Amino acid sequence: MRLSYYPGCSLQGTALDYDQSVREICSKLDIELVDIPDWNCCGASSAHMTNHEVGMRLPMRNLLLNQQNDLDILVPCAACYQRLKASDKALRENPDFWDLESYDPDFKILHISSFLAGPDILSRISEKVTKSLQGMAIACYYGCLSLRHPKITDAQDYEMPTTLETIISEIGATPVKWSHRTECCSGSLTMARPDIARKLVGDISDAAKRGGATAFVTDCPMCQANVESRQLDNNPEGSLPVFFATELIAAALSGKYPQKQQKVHLVSPNILTDIFKETAREETA
Amino acid sequence: MNTDFISPEEGNRKFLTKLEDMDINAKACFQCGRCSSGCPVSDFFDLSVMEVVRLASYGAEDRLLNSSTIWLCAACETCASRCPNDIEIAALMDVLRELALRKGIKPAEERIPVFHQCFLDSIKHWGRAYEIGMIGAYKIKSRDFMGDMKLGLNMFMKGKLSMLPHSIKGKSEVQKIFSGKGKEYER
Repeated sequence: MRLSYYPGCSLQGTALDYDQSVREICSKLDIELVDIPDWNCCGASSAHMTNHEVGMRLPMRNLLLNQQNDLDILVPCAACYQRLKASDKALRENPDFWDLESYDPDFKILHISSFLAGPDILSRISEKVTKSLQGMAIACYYGCLSLRHPKITDAQDYEMPTTLETIISEIGATPVKWSHRTECCSGSLTMARPDIARKLVGDISDAAKRGGATAFVTDCPMCQANVESRQLDNNPEGSLPVFFATELIAAALSGKYPQKQQKVHLVSPNILTDIFKETAREETA
Repeated sequence: MNTDFISPEEGNRKFLTKLEDMDINAKACFQCGRCSSGCPVSDFFDLSVMEVVRLASYGAEDRLLNSSTIWLCAACETCASRCPNDIEIAALMDVLRELALRKGIKPAEERIPVFHQCFLDSIKHWGRAYEIGMIGAYKIKSRDFMGDMKLGLNMFMKGKLSMLPHSIKGKSEVQKIFSGKGKEYER
């Protein structure tokens, strides 16, 4: 299988390890990723929130570049996914308004979790798991932008999504039932109004703990950074680590959770590290 | 409680036409309150989401553009995805922010538009977001020198912030996108 790949800016910076885990698991699952050549930033929230036209035209350039690849585009970042979808829909609806004679490509834009939770990829994952993450109680946290607005994202069950639960169950972990799976963490406000982010993240982490979770899993790079960092502001001892779904899959497939990966977390990822320590102990015993 | 009388006749026609052009049908609101009750940031707003929608249907542009709500809205789309009348409330917030900036109205939340501007300047310059450069520019322009110092250092030590920008070849194409020759507001 070959796919176009749009990593987005976060995956070259604060979420560099997310990019590495996506590439690692795709290579293990026989999925070839072809980066969109010379891709640019999608504009994220800041563009569409302050300048509609710039917010549409930035992702548009990437869509037009992808016509060279002519493959479905895999997008790991929730914000990039939403912006590419919004731009794609606007272009298809009225190419003339955007100065194009026509626009009707065959490629689809795929969000990583919906893609990984598909039956074909799930069975590839389960074939290759070498270490089950049994015993990990996880709060699956979706945030906003891969789901809303459903008119843009085409997300099914946008109020009650199940893709992350499906994925982590496949690698042996236990998704907990909890209330704040699709609540906003206010990532776009976190720098300018950290007080708001602390309140929202506090509500989210309290809810996850009430549900019995010992960690979060997400697919959004802004949620990952914001939920880990603002929990530390609120309650350093009681903070839960936030893993990327692909990070957990990479660990389950390889049977290892490398020290280099442990170190990128702001909140201690010991809950996962311990599972792999036990394996090491069993092997030496 | 604000008891200012707002008459629909006093509404700003140009503003209402703009909403029509963007397919934002604020007049369809029957004030059920689902938008306000689901909004995660509403505790911090001066106008509730349902007030914003009603004021928009009146064309009460000034009240809206001077509110803190338009800047504190996180664009999470919870309101719009739950609206029984399918009103594009999050898109309405986008229109209000853009109008406020274009009209040079002093924002009720000053740091938030500064953040957006620094982020966009970074894309305009490099083609991709350059986090350290963007954070530096934000700190200087917002005068928020001390906030999140520890977090920033921590992230830097963990290799989460790249020292060098990722520049693209098609920078001139990106700069053209930003050049202000947009058609939407000029028509």
